Amino acid sequence: MPLVYCGACSHAPGITGRAERADTQTRQALESAFRRMGDDIRATRADALVVIAAEHFANFFMNNMPAFAIGMADGYEGPIEDEAFLRIERTTVPGNKALSRRLIEKVMQTVDVAYAEEWKFDHGISVPLHFLTPDYDLPIVPANINCQGPPLAPLARAWAFGEALRRAADAVPERIALIGTGGLSHWPATPDSGKINQEWDREFLRRWSANDREALLSYTDAEIYREAGQGGFEIRTFIAAAAAAKGGKGTVEFCEPVPIFAVSCTLGSFELRA
Amino acid sequence: MSLYQVQKLIYQLNRDPRTRQRYAEERDVVLGDYDLTAEEVGALVKPDIGLLYVLGVNGQLLMHFAALHRIEWLDYLERMRMGLMEHGPVREGVYAPTGYEGVEAHDARLKAERETR
Repeated sequence: MPLVYCGACSHAPGITGRAERADTQTRQALESAFRRMGDDIRATRADALVVIAAEHFANFFMNNMPAFAIGMADGYEGPIEDEAFLRIERTTVPGNKALSRRLIEKVMQTVDVAYAEEWKFDHGISVPLHFLTPDYDLPIVPANINCQGPPLAPLARAWAFGEALRRAADAVPERIALIGTGGLSHWPATPDSGKINQEWDREFLRRWSANDREALLSYTDAEIYREAGQGGFEIRTFIAAAAAAKGGKGTVEFCEPVPIFAVSCTLGSFELRA
Repeated sequence: MSLYQVQKLIYQLNRDPRTRQRYAEERDVVLGDYDLTAEEVGALVKPDIGLLYVLGVNGQLLMHFAALHRIEWLDYLERMRMGLMEHGPVREGVYAPTGYEGVEAHDARLKAERETR
């Protein structure tokens, strides 16, 4: 079946872990936006949700760091974070090993993706799911792009990964939804945590909404690091989602800077063409 | 190579409950499994979050190591700032500070902007 949903959202741990410290109105609006995205995904009657995340050393370390990986299991434990820190209870989220395998085999036709039969979720997946599928009733296919340990795959390869996921999703009989999760400009887990380059975020989202491949891929890592911080490397997940939309235009449904959450909290989705 | 070893230990502590249990019960034995300098062992044992930050430990590892030691978020940020004052600039990695007005001042600015919209 053709992909039934394509979007992207923030995953910052502060969204749950430091929720009460944000401006109440902004937080409520953000949580409503998350719930609307969850409703939109449910309305597609999706059989599985592919989550392209930028994981943070939950599964992969610098001893063997894949540029791209996809989980291939019937269940995934998470979050790995201290429950008091993230305020999300640890649980096992359903997966679909057979579906993952078929998707991986398709993706492998064009992208050398690693697969993992063991995979633990961290905030990169657990925070979005906390709002989108709070009952954990939709099987998840986790995918990861290394956004943490340089050298990082070039943006053009993140785009190719998104395209490959789209071809794979379209080729299986199941109804597949897909989201990318990550931050735009941010300097998380540094003394500058809370710093946000709103202008840079706005320009990135302009390019993202227009699904302007050339403009999205024109950033260099040096420029991202300078203007958007090391957290900005996570735009790879948004870029992969844009590629999966196959030219569809995006709508930014929510974007507000929340310093205590360390990012511009952002949610958006793409129109999908067959 | 040594920073790699510090980060590998923290990675295991963050993701593996059995490593955490061993670390609580026989910390020196666990530390002995890694090729660490005396400075690194001291920073891990104390724990000296500021020094670990200056050594270049990736923030996505360090913030969870801090949480493991029940160090609250704002305290964690403050300890990194103190680390910079005590130990000098960040020596490796991509988590060096770049200058920021701080969350309180930033929030106040955003609030003023929202009120004038």
